[in-house]
Amino acid sequence: MEWIRRLFRRRRYQDLSVSIQEHLQEKADELMEDGMSREEARQAARRAFGNVGLIEERSREEWVWPELDGLRADLKYALRQLWKHPGFALTAILTLSLGIGANVVVFTVLNALIVRPLNVSDPQRLYNVEHKQHGWYSQSYPDYLDFRDRNRTFDGMVAYDTMSAALGTRQTTTKNFGYLASGNYFDMLGVQPLLGRFFHANDEHGTNSAPYIVLSYDFWRARFNSDRTIVGTTVSLNKQPLTVIGIAPQDFHGTEIFYWPEFWTPITNGPLIGYSHHYLDNRSTHNPFVLGKLKAGVTPQQASDDLNSICRQLAEQYPNADYGLDARLVKPGLMGDLWGDAARNFLFGVMALALLVLLAACANLGSIFAARAADRSRELAIRLAIGSSRWVILRGALTEAILVSLAGGVAGTLLASALLQGLSRWQPFAEFPFHVVVLPDATVYVLAVLLSLGSGILFGLLPARQIQRSDAAQLMKSSMGTEVLFRRFTLREALLCIQIALCTLLVTASLVALRGMERSLQAPLGFQPQGVMLAGTDLTMAGYREEQFLPVQKRMLEETARIPGVSAVGIIDRTILGEGCCGSEGVFRSGTTDFRKELFDSRNFSISPEYLAASGMRLLSGRNFTWHDTSDSPPVVLVNVTFARMMFDSTSAVGQRFLLYGGKLPKEVVGVVEDGKYQSLTEDPQPAMFFPLTQEINDNDTVMVVRSVLPPTQLAAMLDRTLSGIDRNLPLTLHSWPDALDLAFFPARAATAALGIMGLLAAMLAITGTFGVATYSVSKRMKEFGIRVALGAAHMEMIRAALGRALMLLLSGSIAGLALGILASHLLAQIVYEATPHDPLVLAGTILTMAILGLLATWIPARRSMSIDPARLLRED
Amino acid sequence: MAKNPEHRDLFAGALELMILHSLRVKPMHGYALAKHIQLVSDDLLQIEEGSLYPALQRLLRAGLLESKEGISAKGRPTRIYRLTRAGIGHLEREKSGFETMFAGITRVLAVSKT
Repeated sequence: MEWIRRLFRRRRYQDLSVSIQEHLQEKADELMEDGMSREEARQAARRAFGNVGLIEERSREEWVWPELDGLRADLKYALRQLWKHPGFALTAILTLSLGIGANVVVFTVLNALIVRPLNVSDPQRLYNVEHKQHGWYSQSYPDYLDFRDRNRTFDGMVAYDTMSAALGTRQTTTKNFGYLASGNYFDMLGVQPLLGRFFHANDEHGTNSAPYIVLSYDFWRARFNSDRTIVGTTVSLNKQPLTVIGIAPQDFHGTEIFYWPEFWTPITNGPLIGYSHHYLDNRSTHNPFVLGKLKAGVTPQQASDDLNSICRQLAEQYPNADYGLDARLVKPGLMGDLWGDAARNFLFGVMALALLVLLAACANLGSIFAARAADRSRELAIRLAIGSSRWVILRGALTEAILVSLAGGVAGTLLASALLQGLSRWQPFAEFPFHVVVLPDATVYVLAVLLSLGSGILFGLLPARQIQRSDAAQLMKSSMGTEVLFRRFTLREALLCIQIALCTLLVTASLVALRGMERSLQAPLGFQPQGVMLAGTDLTMAGYREEQFLPVQKRMLEETARIPGVSAVGIIDRTILGEGCCGSEGVFRSGTTDFRKELFDSRNFSISPEYLAASGMRLLSGRNFTWHDTSDSPPVVLVNVTFARMMFDSTSAVGQRFLLYGGKLPKEVVGVVEDGKYQSLTEDPQPAMFFPLTQEINDNDTVMVVRSVLPPTQLAAMLDRTLSGIDRNLPLTLHSWPDALDLAFFPARAATAALGIMGLLAAMLAITGTFGVATYSVSKRMKEFGIRVALGAAHMEMIRAALGRALMLLLSGSIAGLALGILASHLLAQIVYEATPHDPLVLAGTILTMAILGLLATWIPARRSMSIDPARLLRED
Repeated sequence: MAKNPEHRDLFAGALELMILHSLRVKPMHGYALAKHIQLVSDDLLQIEEGSLYPALQRLLRAGLLESKEGISAKGRPTRIYRLTRAGIGHLEREKSGFETMFAGITRVLAVSKT
């Protein structure tokens, strides 16, 4: 349709020209009849008519706004301009592509993790049911059943729990990661199997009633070579035979974004495959996630009210287990709000920084465009004088800006896509199914186009005032008039100043973040991971009962200690800062009989006496456990400093007592150990208590902490041999402790990298911006410099004259940016742990960075101003 | 769209009114129209001939005029402009508007004379 209309319009213009030509012809003919010569008549006709070109243009302008044809002409003109100034065009496109690329990357991550919902049907109606306290995302299975059955606001509610287990076929056994999921899991999510069938709610008839397993597509392909006959056969999970009933579709990766399960098995199998016997009926241990799907038309608030009234019923019904139970709905996918909140805050923060980078890039380009408009003032004057309207000139400038910004946008998006492809392929943890799939989708591309257009208009309009104000006559007379020149400078300089301020702000922000991150990484962990190997095993998986644990553990310790090169070996029941760490337990004052309101929750660990030596956790006062602290002797405990302060208001807690839930015999504190990090690097100091293995038996993992000078591979081999000598069925995972900490360090490292890149981009923009202005001001004043040199000006004076303004701008912009940065860092401090702007290193770092940037950016222009040869320069025009 | 009022002769709408009125008498091509207006006004109104054309385009676009191929007085191809039905209605409305305005202006001038 469009081309027909365009054809028609072209026709109309031809008609117009024909009419006008005929008009002139006819007039001239008549004048000639009156006796004028042909030439005279032609000129007289034109005089009477007015400016033919202008009138034609105005006549055309009556038709469409903005003209399609005008646009084509503008495009042609803009392309020609850019082609003629490739350096300018490339600088502009590169600058923008960095700015837009940064935004695309950050937005894509934001989009993938936060905006885009889970890949299931009706994802907007899905919510995790959590407790009100931040980070408490799991529920007990009996509470889940009550939530599911009593609510009136959900279409369905499922429970799922992440797990690792030994998955065995006839040939091999490997450690794999999967979900325990309630029977209605797949049905509520609306997922259909690729092969076979899924399990359903009616497969569950109590504990261990549904010996089934569903495999993920990727796992089925990798482990079973996409063998279709696998459906219906039996595999073992922690030695229990389960029937493979189906394969999940390729694009379904469970209900957590990062954690891609390799299998799903009904949650009622929990006890069968080595979870606590009470996994399904203990109301006070909280394990699975609960995910609900709101009924259509129900708001989250209504649902939350509904659940909380159920909570109150449950608290009355089970005053001990469900005391103070409450519920809160959070968006699913990022371990509830445990990662969700942090990720959201951080990503929105980085997004703001990325937008600032783009703004700085726009200011940068705006000043380049303003400089170019000033350079072209003569051309502008001529065009105005021959009757071009200001609007047409402005339109031309805008077209050029938008062309540049679109090219920059395309380049930036390509750059970003390449980066994101790499990021999506990246698997940070070799054996753990952790995936970061962040690929741009339609939303992202739309955003990229909008950003490009927006920034093009932004910096394209900056020189508009200049065009609006320009007076043709004035410009023609004195295109180099000093007054005009200096007025021109102001806009450009203001822009540069803003840009420098923004860049300094970004550099400050990223330095603050980097320092904060560095500090949190160097904050005492409460143990010394270097030179330590972790050997994790699971006695339950190997078929031991709780009362058999201790002798085996003792034997493991003794035999490992005999390995030459091992200096210490201890046991702890969880990997600190590892996946699935940590549990906690309420504590009560000694003498409490009413156990409804605990004093506070404390992390709880069980350790062997040698753990302190092996892990490097320091004992600050009191004594360590010994093997003489047995189940028959008085119960003892080690607490950390935070615990001591919270419970006893003093750090010398040795000899004090307290109670655990329902306990009659108080625990006596025999020693105080240093604080540490337990669940995440950025957590606030947490209270923690350590019990002897002999007194608090639990069914968690058994993790041997082996300190040794041996190289890790050699030690791993020896440990493997030693432990399989004790029992060939012991499943064993071996890691060096620093490697195992990778997961804990991951968010911090990712954040640091992101902020560092932002700072780097900002710094690059500051360089190109200052460089541009300094170079421009030197080139404009070459003649003046030539005269100065000829009159005997010294080098230093020359440099001052050439760069004084640029450096002044740099300085004032930097100071403004630094002040802004310090103000903004308070915001940053909420996102990045330990971020404080009142850090001499940050201040010094920012100042040093800006100084180096200034030097870099002005070096070449300064060299140029010094190497002026007056004789040659003055000869030239 | 006409941003430069100094190029507009007379006051707003006057040229359009004269064009419409002239074309109502008989359809004409551009030059004939210009000549007609000059002739009828006894050259009292100094109109830049070219300024007819943007005005013609404006009227065409507003649907008050239509144009078709035709032959000029000299036998060359050109466009002939003609009033549409909407153009006639518009002309009537504008004319009465102008008359009211002129009446008003005349009275004001009459008062200031005394």
